[in-house]
Amino acid sequence: MSFALTADREQKLAELLTRYSTKMAACIPLLHLCQEQNGWVSPDVVDFVARKLDLPPAHVQGVVTFYSLFNQKPVGKHQVWVCRTLPCALRGAGAVLHQCEKKLGIHAGETTSDGKITLRTAECLASCGTAPMMQVDQDYFENLTTAKVDEILDRLRK
Amino acid sequence: MIKRTEFLSKVYGLANGHSLDVYEREVAGYATARNVLTSMTPQQVVDEAKKANLRGRGGAGFPMGVKWSFMRPHPTKPSYLVINADEGEPGTHKDRTIMEWNPHSVIEGCIIGCYAIGAHVAYIYVRDELHLSKARLWGAIAEAKAKGYLGATPFGKAYPVEVYVHTGAGAYICGEETALINSLEGKRGEPRLKPPFPAQAGVYGCPTTVNNLETIAAVPSAFRMGCDEFSKLSALHAINDGGFRLYGINGHVKKPGVVELGVGPTLNELIYDIGGGVTGDRKVMCVIPGGSSTPVLRPEETVDAPDEKSPLHAWHGKSVFDVPLGVDTMRGVGTMLGTCCITVLAEGTCPVLAMHNLMQFYRHESCGQCTPCREGGAWLLRTVDKLLDNNATMQELDQLHDIANNIMGNTICAFGEGTAMPALGFLKKFRPEFEAYVRGERNRKDATLTPS
Ligand SMILES: Cc1cc2nc3c(=O)[nH]c(=O)nc-3n(C[C@H](O)[C@H](O)[C@H](O)COP(=O)(O)O)c2cc1C
Ligand code: FES
Repeated sequence: MSFALTADREQKLAELLTRYSTKMAACIPLLHLCQEQNGWVSPDVVDFVARKLDLPPAHVQGVVTFYSLFNQKPVGKHQVWVCRTLPCALRGAGAVLHQCEKKLGIHAGETTSDGKITLRTAECLASCGTAPMMQVDQDYFENLTTAKVDEILDRLRK
Repeated sequence: MIKRTEFLSKVYGLANGHSLDVYEREVAGYATARNVLTSMTPQQVVDEAKKANLRGRGGAGFPMGVKWSFMRPHPTKPSYLVINADEGEPGTHKDRTIMEWNPHSVIEGCIIGCYAIGAHVAYIYVRDELHLSKARLWGAIAEAKAKGYLGATPFGKAYPVEVYVHTGAGAYICGEETALINSLEGKRGEPRLKPPFPAQAGVYGCPTTVNNLETIAAVPSAFRMGCDEFSKLSALHAINDGGFRLYGINGHVKKPGVVELGVGPTLNELIYDIGGGVTGDRKVMCVIPGGSSTPVLRPEETVDAPDEKSPLHAWHGKSVFDVPLGVDTMRGVGTMLGTCCITVLAEGTCPVLAMHNLMQFYRHESCGQCTPCREGGAWLLRTVDKLLDNNATMQELDQLHDIANNIMGNTICAFGEGTAMPALGFLKKFRPEFEAYVRGERNRKDATLTPS
């Protein structure tokens, strides 16, 4: 089945293209737009982006594999990223990750069996002054404690 | 000496502090850009900028005004200003505060910067994860546009300026300026060989200046007070390291956070006067002075500068923790100022485990172009892993130095040094702890990053 953008996203793409002097420059923003709609960058999405921007599919595929935020397979409805890098680790990131794994019954890199939550570790998210922290979808949760982690995950699972 | 300033941070935490209204009311926002565009020539702006001694806030500390002066108009190609807000260096958390709380300082800085270097378009490259930052910047752009500060005739001057936010997609290497340019062009974020430098061939092969986000955000304040006055805010004005900066404090301190100060506080001042001291009132084991790529300093280390001509002579024999933090002073004590955000590690933390954590980062983030970085980083991590498992020999411990030294200088970009230098720092300054793993006197089970 081929991929197509919704009408409002098509409009966004048209606006995107006005910002750059090459079509290629819209590659990453367009991939974000597609992933936002599709959840992941499927082979159809790669073809779609290549066609839209007059790029070889291999170029688009190369971009997708380079950047860690493009999902190369389907993921859960919600994304939880626990920062694991040193400044967070010094303030208890290990315990935060452990709490997430225990509570969700999965390891980092896995998705809950109901398809709701994908848990991953992240590298430094520029929030070291309010560590430990995690990102849930588009939001940052900072100065975490295990109690706060429980509360956040409970809300997410509802 | 601690000298608190409020040029960027005055609006932090105010109700609607990120809005144009508050920016104009509290700090006479956009009056400076108006003044610059309507009363100065671009050449005058660049000459004035040089007086600020504003050392690039992205890590390398290159003087901003000098960088602007490298831009030469091309007969056919446009010029671009690119703002680096990829903020991904572990331990760095300052640019984000500006984007979230004072985005208009960035936009005003972009207007002045574009005018100075002959650009009509600025791209702000923000790492994708910072959703609030992106929204605040777009909001600021829309407000500035509505007022006519951006667009075809900013402040009535026929000098069009447009500012766009561009997002990455999760790759630390895109903070390196040529990788960032590739990423902005829609490619894999692999660094380019230099030369050509961005000033000759940057975005779309056109003359480009890349400034860190804090660098450009400081520009309106510098021009408002006069760049010479700006420079004098610093304790290190005399050695061409001027102005105020945002200092980040993280790790084992009681009050982590971000603070704005005149350039030149010492590590001890940041840890005790600003950071409230070490968690659990422990002693400091070591500090990473400016992001994970900068080698650690220990409080026992002293300054060795007997030569009276040395800029560090005044601190000869004193602890490195009592030296004002500056680009050249930190170079002088064998590390780097980097991004000016310090990470404090308290006594009781395992330095081998700390190095292991950082090597995981570098292993994960290498773009893979250069063999010494791609393979060397993985090899460093594997060997430290073996050490932690008490499975490494003394020979393998020594080999870690060789691996790191073979990365240094053998890669396209400075990511290689960023991996090797902190590795060598830990190895050199914590040799007994590393040896203890070889001898089986320490083990992974008891190693901790969170001494209670
Ligand atoms: C691996 C690597 C990562 C970097 N990451 C950043 C970054 O996240 N933000 C930044 O401003 N500069 C970063 N830099 C430095 C940039 O290459 C460049 O020097 C800087 O953006 C220039 O701005 P400035 O002169 O205002 O500091 C990085 C450099 C390297 C080698
Ligand atoms: S280390 Fe976690 S946000 Fe920086």
